[in-house]
Amino acid sequence: MSDGPRIITAHWGDERVIPYEGYVRVGGYEGLRRALAMSPEEVIAEVKASGLRGRGGAGFPTGVKWSFVPQDTGKPTYVVCNFDESEPGTFNNRELVEREPHQVLEGIAIAAYAIRSNLAFIYCRGEFLWPGSVLRRALEEAYEHGVLGERVLGTDHRLDVVLHRGAGAYICGEETALLSSLEGYRGQPRQRPPFPAIEGLYASPTVINNVETLCFVPHILRNGASWFTSIGTERSPGTKVFSISGKVERPGNYELPMGTPFRVLLEEHAGGVLGGRALKAWTPGGSSTPMLTAEHLDVALDFESVQQAGSMLGTGAVMVMDETDCMVEAVRRMVRFYAHESCGKCTPCREGTWWVSRVLDRIEAGYGRPEDLPLLEDLVPNLLFRGFCPLLDGAVSPVASGLRHFREEFERHIEERRCPFTGRGSATGVAEPPAPPAPQEPAPGPVPLSEVLG
Amino acid sequence: MAVLTPELRAQAEAIVARYPRPRSAILPLLYLVQSVEGWVSPEGLREVAELLGLRTAEVEAVATFYTMIRPRPTGRHVVNVCTNLSCALRGGRDVYAAAREAAGLRPGEESSADGLFTVREEECLGACDGAPVMQVDFANHERVTPERARELLDALRRGEVPAPSRGAAPRDFRHACRILAGVEDLA
Ligand SMILES: Cc1cc2nc3c(=O)[nH]c(=O)nc-3n(C[C@H](O)[C@H](O)[C@H](O)COP(=O)(O)O)c2cc1C
Ligand code: SF4
Ligand code: FES
Repeated sequence: MSDGPRIITAHWGDERVIPYEGYVRVGGYEGLRRALAMSPEEVIAEVKASGLRGRGGAGFPTGVKWSFVPQDTGKPTYVVCNFDESEPGTFNNRELVEREPHQVLEGIAIAAYAIRSNLAFIYCRGEFLWPGSVLRRALEEAYEHGVLGERVLGTDHRLDVVLHRGAGAYICGEETALLSSLEGYRGQPRQRPPFPAIEGLYASPTVINNVETLCFVPHILRNGASWFTSIGTERSPGTKVFSISGKVERPGNYELPMGTPFRVLLEEHAGGVLGGRALKAWTPGGSSTPMLTAEHLDVALDFESVQQAGSMLGTGAVMVMDETDCMVEAVRRMVRFYAHESCGKCTPCREGTWWVSRVLDRIEAGYGRPEDLPLLEDLVPNLLFRGFCPLLDGAVSPVASGLRHFREEFERHIEERRCPFTGRGSATGVAEPPAPPAPQEPAPGPVPLSEVLG
Repeated sequence: MAVLTPELRAQAEAIVARYPRPRSAILPLLYLVQSVEGWVSPEGLREVAELLGLRTAEVEAVATFYTMIRPRPTGRHVVNVCTNLSCALRGGRDVYAAAREAAGLRPGEESSADGLFTVREEECLGACDGAPVMQVDFANHERVTPERARELLDALRRGEVPAPSRGAAPRDFRHACRILAGVEDLA
């Protein structure tokens, strides 16, 4: 096994680093100590120089985001740690928190110091009952040891961190929906600009970062920006924790340098395709990133290379399908997720995901019509980039890439009136699928009627 | 009958105090109400609204957005089975069917008549390395087979709290809601 440098998973498996004392013993909170000895501007400059890019999906440079926060508005500033992790296939945030919770807290504390914030929130996915409890324990310890509270590590910087639990809505991972949710409204996205760095939580400047992104920050402060840029690729520096699951021998999280070929992740780390079968398809970054195929085994896993191959690095969540898996069924299942999670704010998404689901349901059940494939192909460009937020683009990705790479599987379903993999369909007496639940009613936006009406 | 006792009201006020603006406490308060009733009733909505100085309809609009806030009576245990892609590839749908059967659900039913179980088909639970994943009151059970799902439900029926794959498990759904409200913690 080729072992590159591990940065944020270096202590995985060692349960002693979960409590505060053990974390400190392996150098924990040294990054925060260094940061506190610098000016906030110097901290931002260091993170900028490291080239660290957001690991939550979009890859935006972290230091640049921090530098957008204005300091002259007279309003408080906030840090929000995005721990809503719900993109299908993604599970590295959860394990990072479970195995080394203080690493995240240290990242949050450094971010807060850098943007001169005294209050941070962790938006923890509701279903993460145990990981949230691990964080809560770590927060208590951090207060006990003076890492949080009135005087952070004895300085006159003050920081409180509030753990906030979500309640089951994928869209709340989208940063503006997260803010609506944290303010106590329905978790629906808001118009950008203004970007959260300018007007975020309670219309105040707010930095939102993913858990994995924040985990890198202490190491950058401890080891310096040039150490970080020496790992990975020029434009995607550092490592990435790849979550790999589905049809592989050893599903799990593997931290590898950015730019590691997919083949290395699959074969050397995940043990290859389950049962030695042939690879058919894989998502590079969760189900909202276009699927790639066995032809893409040598694609390097970094933001630029994956994009060149026609997809996106997204969250680095690889879901693997083998030769026995039906692509119509896989696409159907992926789209159903987005139809279910559509927040209902805009029509293309609320209605579009519902209709695409209906068409895919009937193709899989052997009730597909010859005009269904042109219909889907027409829907793709009509939905892409037409949503209020990128959730809809995520819904379109599996459809577009499924048709691009596996059109003949869709055709066979329609011609044979059954699924060629399960053999089941209208040809064998399967009933026509009922319509999925109706789309949500258009919902009131973040501004309640009572406020509009006075 | 009020949902929140004086003691719970005091806890509710402490929750509100965590936030710069009271309205941000709406989800934890809904969880607190849910920890009493096992769901959020119209009376529960009213009490949350009153605590936050909002109208009941505003609280309801928020409550109905979130799938973990239950708008109808819910089983003592909530069983979530992930059938998203990575779990489906590893047999998640069979686990879901087995869990439904073991709970004694008829087609179209979400909760069992004996009030013990609510079984839900869930989206990716962020634990795909353990696919197929099933949650009992939000505690993860990984690599679950249909057989194992039946065993887990049988154990719950006997009043046991089956050990999850990682960490600790709450006693039941209401206990989980107290943890989610932030007024209690897992062992
Ligand atoms: C539909 C949707 C869901 C998202 N879910 C998450 C999520 O669960 N966690 C996350 O960190 N970012 C998520 N994002 C990205 C966030 O909007 C945001 O870009 C990110 O949290 C910024 O952090 P980073 O710069 O550290 O990556 C989501 C985006 C979209 C459009
Ligand atoms: S694209 Fe979908 S999720 Fe995004 S705002 Fe529109 S309806 Fe909501
Ligand atoms: S797909 Fe089931 S936990 Fe992710």
